[in-house]
Amino acid sequence: MTTATRSLVQADDPNQNSGGPFALSHLDALEAESVHIFREVAGEFERPVILFSGGKDSIVMLHLALKAFRPAAVPFALLHVDTGHNFPEVIAYRDRVVAEHNLRLHVAHVQDFIDRGVLRERPDGTRNPLQTVPLLDAIEKGRFDAVFGGGRRDEEKARAKERVFSLRDEFGAWDPRRQRPELWSLYNGRHAVGEHVRVFPLSNWTELDVWQYIEREGIDLPEIYYAHERDVFARGGMWLTAGEWGGPKDHEPVERRLIRYRTVGDMSCTGAVDSDATTIQAVIAEIAASRLTERGATRADDKLSEAAMEDRKREGYF
Amino acid sequence: MTITQDATATSLLRFATAGSVDDGKSTLVGRLLHDSKSVLADQLEAVERVSLGRGQDAPDLALLTDGLRAEREQGITIDVAYRYFATPRRRFILADTPGHVQYTRNMVTGASTAELAVVLVDARNGVVEQTRRHAAVAALLRVPHVVLAVNKMDLVDYAEPVFAAIAEEFTAYAASLGVKDVVAVPISALAGDNVVEPSAHMDWYGGPTLLEHLETVPVGSDPSAEPARFPVQYVIRPQTEEHPDYRGYAGQLASGVLRVGDPVTVLPSGHTTTVAGIDALGEETDIAWAPQSVTVRLADDIDISRGDLIAAGATPVPTKDVEATVSHLNERPLRAGDKVLLKHTTRTVRALVKEISYRIDITAPVREGKLEQSSGADGLNVNDIGHVVLRTAEPLALDSYSDNRRTGSFLLIDPADGTTLTAGMAGEAFDTVRSTDANDATDEEDWV
Repeated sequence: MTTATRSLVQADDPNQNSGGPFALSHLDALEAESVHIFREVAGEFERPVILFSGGKDSIVMLHLALKAFRPAAVPFALLHVDTGHNFPEVIAYRDRVVAEHNLRLHVAHVQDFIDRGVLRERPDGTRNPLQTVPLLDAIEKGRFDAVFGGGRRDEEKARAKERVFSLRDEFGAWDPRRQRPELWSLYNGRHAVGEHVRVFPLSNWTELDVWQYIEREGIDLPEIYYAHERDVFARGGMWLTAGEWGGPKDHEPVERRLIRYRTVGDMSCTGAVDSDATTIQAVIAEIAASRLTERGATRADDKLSEAAMEDRKREGYF
Repeated sequence: MTITQDATATSLLRFATAGSVDDGKSTLVGRLLHDSKSVLADQLEAVERVSLGRGQDAPDLALLTDGLRAEREQGITIDVAYRYFATPRRRFILADTPGHVQYTRNMVTGASTAELAVVLVDARNGVVEQTRRHAAVAALLRVPHVVLAVNKMDLVDYAEPVFAAIAEEFTAYAASLGVKDVVAVPISALAGDNVVEPSAHMDWYGGPTLLEHLETVPVGSDPSAEPARFPVQYVIRPQTEEHPDYRGYAGQLASGVLRVGDPVTVLPSGHTTTVAGIDALGEETDIAWAPQSVTVRLADDIDISRGDLIAAGATPVPTKDVEATVSHLNERPLRAGDKVLLKHTTRTVRALVKEISYRIDITAPVREGKLEQSSGADGLNVNDIGHVVLRTAEPLALDSYSDNRRTGSFLLIDPADGTTLTAGMAGEAFDTVRSTDANDATDEEDWV
């Protein structure tokens, strides 16, 4: 399996080479578009913030933001919605990146809302759907008017309908029927006080694009994206990590397996995949050959119903 | 959709689909995704599960694309969706535009970024009003390549004369609107003929399958053939110890090539200077071209801010009087006298709708190279296309949309609540109408 390189259009198919010496590879085209989106937000909004989970999409998003404003600093803070069920490697990574680039980090803790009685723990222990309330609270308290998310349209059917600039009302809600048409690269960021705009600079990227870009740019990731041995147990057709969040139950035997994570989210609902891919080249080859989508393979919360993502987005989820 | 093909394809084609409700567009898109192996096992299982639940024998491929609750409930597509797939030869971003309601608005949206439009017709019905609308929108938005997909060939016994007649009528119509590249493909989305796999039923057809054409159509234009246009998005001034005097203008090249040393004009002020340096996302370079995002440093200390245009070559004359062809997108009508905001590249200014000159009937047959226009229109309603005259509070450096899709386009926005009202294309709508009429100067003022 060959992988894309930094080079321009490959010469083996002359039909692709219509731009001559000025052709851009698809990664360069996607990068240019994303950088344009970051700069539009910097130019039009007062208080933007980048949602940062320590997952690969938000890592690529931050990398693009850093490139967009060089040699100046990124003019945005980071916001992490902490479910309390994090992989320690991811939190360590988050703190390392924040220190390295001298960024400001806001953290909204789901646990605080549970302690205050605003949110209730779900019987299945999954905290992913509980992120919406702390997120909206942090947006309101921080008076953030633009919130960057790493969502990609290829992830899920409801996300395929999402705009790059997505207006949210004062409740943070998304109404797919009332979206603004989005034409050319003219993004409309107008909003009333109390409303905000979710911005998705990776809208047009696919999972494979993200991995190829990580490879090309030599971006460091949390180790759990690469194959490693870990104690896991089976639930709902996925391998989950044993941990203080409430797994495994008595009838769920723990075994040590060679696995890696394809997505990184709340521990309670992010499944690992069996893998021996310890390098980025091996990860790319594995994804290219996979017969399962990223979310289908690893996200329990998307399996709750046919419209799980749409319903969560309507409530204000990213 | 996640990509299962190998990862060598490096060129990117953005295209849009258009079709009326029952032309089978969702099935076609589903077929493209399915037969190009871009649908993964869990997605297909979900479709099979739902199809079975509805009592259908075969998986309904249209379910792959209808993503929202209301769409699944009603079996219709209500909004533009973007799909991603790849083959070993190319990567694709598909703007999947529904034909049901608000068709013009949605297709205009999808076509605005497309380099190719697939117009679907039902072989049994041939060219209908919707087909003309789709061709006209593609021409209006200056989509360089149009594919006519004559679908449901299985229902007309795969008969060549049926296809030939439709292809001929459509090609003539599209050409009259100025579409330069039209390719017609006879297909059956349901049976899979000529979508990805060549059809065994149509030996008479010697052309490419739809996918083959999508994979090989030339993409992009040659930036060296166009004047440079660089809308300033953001001024980068680190003011750090390391970079005490750095002042760079960040933006994305809308067209053309910029080299260090090039003389440039800053608009609307008209100041001239030269390019002192170009930084490509942190790395110095001596050349940049569209659509790269870079940072430009200039030789002279001129007052430049977001909204200015750095231009080379023949530069547009900044004007406060804007004439444009527009597509109205919102239920709120647009009327003469309305005060709006106009967003052009990175600049947003106040504007007055001085005149709605006429509305264009884009479904009518073209007569003598002209589309029907109803003059004295009192306003534009949602999905209307017309011609307007605007007066802006500040001068704009607009190119004609026919010369530049990025610097010739703009949005009208409602200043009260920020609603996007109208999509605008500076200048006249269909350029070749002019060439048809070139020997008839008296007609010039009312061609569209």
